[in-house]
Amino acid sequence: MSTLKEVILTPVFKNNPIALQILGICSALAVTTKLETSLVMGGAVIMVCALSNLGVSIIRNHIPSSIRIIVQMTIIASLVILADQILKAYLFEVSKGLSVYVGLIITNCIVMGRAEAYAMKNGPLMSFFDGIGNGIGYSVILLAVGFFRELFGSGKLLGHPVLPLVSEGGWYQPNGMMLLSPSAFFLIGFFIWVLRTFDKSQVEEE
Amino acid sequence: MATNSTGGTLGIAAVLCVVCSVLVSATVVQLKPLQEQNKVLDVKKNLLLSAGLIKDPNTTKDQILDAFKKVDVRVVSLENGDLLSDVDPNKVDLKKEAKDPNFNIVIPGNKDIAKIKTRAKRSKVYFVKDNGEISMIVLPVYGKGLWSTMYGFLALGTDTKTVKGFGFYEHGETPGLGGEVDNPNWKNLWKGKELFGENFEPIITIVKGAVDHSADGSEHKMDGLSGATITSKGVEALLRYWVSDSGYGQFLEKFRNGEIQI
Repeated sequence: MSTLKEVILTPVFKNNPIALQILGICSALAVTTKLETSLVMGGAVIMVCALSNLGVSIIRNHIPSSIRIIVQMTIIASLVILADQILKAYLFEVSKGLSVYVGLIITNCIVMGRAEAYAMKNGPLMSFFDGIGNGIGYSVILLAVGFFRELFGSGKLLGHPVLPLVSEGGWYQPNGMMLLSPSAFFLIGFFIWVLRTFDKSQVEEE
Repeated sequence: MATNSTGGTLGIAAVLCVVCSVLVSATVVQLKPLQEQNKVLDVKKNLLLSAGLIKDPNTTKDQILDAFKKVDVRVVSLENGDLLSDVDPNKVDLKKEAKDPNFNIVIPGNKDIAKIKTRAKRSKVYFVKDNGEISMIVLPVYGKGLWSTMYGFLALGTDTKTVKGFGFYEHGETPGLGGEVDNPNWKNLWKGKELFGENFEPIITIVKGAVDHSADGSEHKMDGLSGATITSKGVEALLRYWVSDSGYGQFLEKFRNGEIQI
């Protein structure tokens, strides 16, 4: 049985859902133009992932195997709707920026993958923290990508000007490429490269 | 009952469905008023930002509501330009009505320069008042850019031709190129532009590059956005459409003639 610390920390760097398992790329490309949206999206995924793992784990011994995927999906979908509704009520501006992507957490392979691979076999507490750990793993990448995209794409961080833009009388010519989705591919690629340089065990065998 | 039997499967599925649906519906019902409030506030904020009545997008709720006290919302018929005083503006959802066959009209192809296909038969106008006197008319406008339909507000002076403020609150244009319709400097350039020619025909034109301000008629010309020709053309087209007789033209004419009483 692995310890709590391992359960939370392993998915962050050693077994990162985006960087190693290459899951959840779609939303990582779409919502990372600003740090703020990345932050909220990360928070939403942590919440959904942790609670869905908890829910699935609590009833894991009662889930009939023939409909287990549907049961997991129902729990996840309900939680995602909750997250979406709460964001719309309390963080309206950000939820406008995230548009459909909160709803699309349902299809985020990380959430589903953890429910099926971990929560079905482990106790509620551990599953809950596994969800948090994987959510953090996802958020770390999102934040890193969001940080660079907002900084170089619009010269700001969390909406505060950091690099004064040429169009507003400064010296920084923003890199429009950074605001487009493909740039997130490059950034995630760099991130994977850096991770694998320090942790050789992640490199696949030729 | 065994979990994997048919009865057990159905039972678990039923219980799960009930629990989840109760959870979801309870949240939605609980949060609905707050969300509606947010939406209304958002429209107000965008309107105030476009009209230049507030400057900071991070304005608090109270400041928005306070600034909005100067604004009087009315519903206007686009068929004849009259105000529909018996309609409650808060109950009119323009985006919905533009798509609802009971409320919209299909714009004939040759007139549909803004490329919106249908529009509602009525719209809203916002009168901004200073000490009881109307100082600005704000009109909701929208039209197609390169990728998306751009929604914005156009603030006009009481002569109905001078732009007092103009901005979009919703669009999906390319960031850095067409998305520069949000650029505050560009939006500032709109102030003082005149949309109409001598006989009140819409002649506002967005040119490539910068406008030569010493030339004649420069008040009818606006700087284009570099790298965003189609978005710029879309902005020009939607402005021309909405101030023409197919849009708010008749209302604006009645307003100029003093036929509009509020």
